[in-house]
Amino acid sequence: MCWLSRPSGPRPRAPGEVAEVVAKLKIQLTINGQNYSGEVEPRRTLADFLRQDLDLTGTHLGCEHGVCGACTVLLDGVAVRSCLLLAVQANGCKVETVEGLAGPNGKLHPIQAAFHKHHALQCGFCTPGLLMSIVDLLKTRPDIRDEHEIREALAGNLCRCTGYSGIVAAVLEVAAQLRQERAP
Amino acid sequence: MKPAPFEYHAPTTVAETVGLLHQYGDAAKVLAGGQSLMPLLNFRLARPAGLVDINRVEGLDYLRQEDGWLVIGALVRQRTAELSSLVAEACPLLAEALPFVGHFQIRNRGTIVGSLAHADPAAELGAIALVLGAELRIEGPREGRFVPADQFFVSYLTTALTPDELLVEARFPTARHRTGYAFVEFARRHGDFALVGVAAVVSCDGAGRCADARLAFTGVGPVPVLFTDKEGILRGEPIEPQAMNALAERAAASLDAESDVHASAEYRRELAGVLAEQALRAAAARSGRGG
Repeated sequence: MCWLSRPSGPRPRAPGEVAEVVAKLKIQLTINGQNYSGEVEPRRTLADFLRQDLDLTGTHLGCEHGVCGACTVLLDGVAVRSCLLLAVQANGCKVETVEGLAGPNGKLHPIQAAFHKHHALQCGFCTPGLLMSIVDLLKTRPDIRDEHEIREALAGNLCRCTGYSGIVAAVLEVAAQLRQERAP
Repeated sequence: MKPAPFEYHAPTTVAETVGLLHQYGDAAKVLAGGQSLMPLLNFRLARPAGLVDINRVEGLDYLRQEDGWLVIGALVRQRTAELSSLVAEACPLLAEALPFVGHFQIRNRGTIVGSLAHADPAAELGAIALVLGAELRIEGPREGRFVPADQFFVSYLTTALTPDELLVEARFPTARHRTGYAFVEFARRHGDFALVGVAAVVSCDGAGRCADARLAFTGVGPVPVLFTDKEGILRGEPIEPQAMNALAERAAASLDAESDVHASAEYRRELAGVLAEQALRAAAARSGRGG
């Protein structure tokens, strides 16, 4: 029998019955270079920990099952869905969110500046996730220059406003900038 | 939605992990990459009493070649393998299929072994394991064991693993001489589960004849489906388009596809035939390379 259809847990709860309390766990992590600690229920996702416990609401939550990409953050340098990660799993890890992209003086990160220039956002809901995904993408694929490849790489971040044209233009521009900087 | 409460454990050894699983009976789930399990928890489609997070278990992130196998530990992320030159060289079929698994953000976290253990019949990696004849190393309260891929997948999301066992490693046979590999799939959007995916392995004998041909399909039943050329439609014959077409059609006709909201059974079978021919042609073209 498939495990999903098997009754799981010690026993089913009656309607309205209060959930059993599970002890909170202490966690400590670095977010955008700053140390944070907190006590969380194990079921707390990293996304909810950031938004609700730390008030770091730059990270957005859309679908909560890994499809829309709005909640993408960097975990130890790589882009992951913060809705598919428990806060306890990030214990001892380095997390980067959209709040950490701009410099301390408010100077926009090159990708943010390119988004601004190319009108790569309208409502802005998907933007934090896209920015964090692009940071990882340009790190692992600094040679990327093909529009089709960029669109494919960004297929894990849904944008319902822009039609992606401005976003792709922004990535192309930053990728070209990075290539130029690397050139001898 | 948010997950229902569960007890959380982060063991650091395989023995400790297996002990916890044994304690819980079938009331716990193993959390590795979490890219399939976490959505089920968030939607409360799964409400395990305990979650055993293996991400802190030491020594499970190995990726190495030994005695004709590419050996992959339970904590090797899909993205790590995708970007690994060892994988590209030792197991080109796995390297070709990995970019089709979810999106890169998913692969940064998701593991190869976890995908196999989850056993979604639409998942690419099950077909790869099947067509290559991979072996799966399982640890449990009893003595450890190896299970061949063709005995591992039992039904939808169901494998040969008992609830107190942990899949610790997958071993893929490394690329053979005069053998070509290919994976193709059709999905409505890149990164989605494909409607149908096909992996093909074609070996040739140096004189341009086919020595062996195997196909594996995703998305056409409760488990990934293996089709071997038992009738010798292509085996022993010159590797030519007509024979490949005949084999693809025979394979597609043998499938017991089901209809769902995404596609009818008839459409899936038709698509499987078209993709199988594409995969066979690509694999055949590559089989001459080592020649």
